[in-house]
Amino acid sequence: MSKNQIPLWEVFIRPRNGLAHKHCGSVHAADEVMALQAARDVYTRRGEGTSIWVVPSSAITASDPENKDENFEPAMSKVYRHPTFYEIPEEVGHM
Amino acid sequence: MYSQGLIGAKTDTNEDEAFLAAFQARIDAEEKIEPNDPMPEGYRKTLVRQIGQHAHSEIVGMLPEGNWITRAPSLRRKAALLAKVQDEGGHGLYLYSAAETLGVSREEMTEELLSGKAKYSSIFNYPTQTWADIGAIGWLVDGAAIMNQIPLCRCSYGPYARAMIRVCKEESFHQRQGYEIMMTLARGTPEQKEMAQDALNRWWWPSLMMFGPHDGDSQHSDQSMKWKIKRFTNDELRQKFVDATVPQGEFIGLTFPDPDLKWNEEKGGYDFGAIDWDEFWRVVKGHGPMNRDRIAARQKAWDDGAWVREAVLAHAEKRNARREAAKMAAE
Ligand SMILES: [Fe+2]
Ligand SMILES: [Fe+2]
Ligand SMILES: [Fe+2]
Repeated sequence: MSKNQIPLWEVFIRPRNGLAHKHCGSVHAADEVMALQAARDVYTRRGEGTSIWVVPSSAITASDPENKDENFEPAMSKVYRHPTFYEIPEEVGHM
Repeated sequence: MYSQGLIGAKTDTNEDEAFLAAFQARIDAEEKIEPNDPMPEGYRKTLVRQIGQHAHSEIVGMLPEGNWITRAPSLRRKAALLAKVQDEGGHGLYLYSAAETLGVSREEMTEELLSGKAKYSSIFNYPTQTWADIGAIGWLVDGAAIMNQIPLCRCSYGPYARAMIRVCKEESFHQRQGYEIMMTLARGTPEQKEMAQDALNRWWWPSLMMFGPHDGDSQHSDQSMKWKIKRFTNDELRQKFVDATVPQGEFIGLTFPDPDLKWNEEKGGYDFGAIDWDEFWRVVKGHGPMNRDRIAARQKAWDDGAWVREAVLAHAEKRNARREAAKMAAE
């Protein structure tokens, strides 16, 4: 079969204005114009979005799941980053 | 969709006990497994096989229905059928991209389908002889697919589960438009009702086969359940389908081609007759009425599209080269 594989693109869709683009899947396409067309046909057949981004999958750098603990565990122990850590007398009212 | 009970996956795996136990603990805690997470080779292989079969089923499934698009009896029916077949193409693409996250390429999967190495749902190896078959497929085949796919939305593998959620949202229209076709025919002229009955007669048993072999005969079912790739056994899903579908058929005055079909008060479900597994295996192994046609059609589409794939890549390459040259000139 063909040696030249058609590149993979990640697809991000904004469901409606006011919301962020969200990853929804991927498509194969030779260039960005065709990637946008394919993304529209595959992922927005029922009004799922008002805007599409396509990004070459090869352009994405991902964190390594092996380093999940050292990357994300420290946040778990820092309860003082949350408002509920601080005790404010009820008399003060909502803060 | 049209996934069917997985045909012949190997779940053997040769990781050490500690690795397998740690993985199983994540599964038992209902954690989703994502593409780059460590996973047993058997888990990866089972998923590649299952998602691939599922994707191929969506794509091959476009053929029997595509057969009637130009002959749909009204513009309303034609628009609906066109939209349904386009959805099935979309389902195939969501699933191929889910499988690709496991390190298999689209080209490899296509090659396996065309060579006959990869299977697809046996139901699509039956012909669509009359317009009523389009009704029967939407009602029964998509109905069976929905039974199968709803629990797959909770599959332990994240990308597959997410693809299934999208698919399930779209399937409901497929089943309803099919049932509406059957209902219209069943309430039409005697000839139209006869046509609906004939379609039900031909599609009923193959639809029951879609759930795959009996639990006792499907060797790899246990491991798939343990890894939470599947949540119900083939027989459990088949029973749910029969229980849901029989009253729908009776409501429109059709009968099921099974003299042993009857309500069993005690179990709160229908009893039904024996499935012809010889027929099932014959069709899976390539000897159904349409196996050759289906693969020939996919092969033709692949071959006829070769020049397009080459041209778009050549065009993209040329544009990139021009862009590079312009950038160099500007520097
Ligand atoms: Fe499906
Ligand atoms: Fe589908
Ligand atoms: Fe469908």
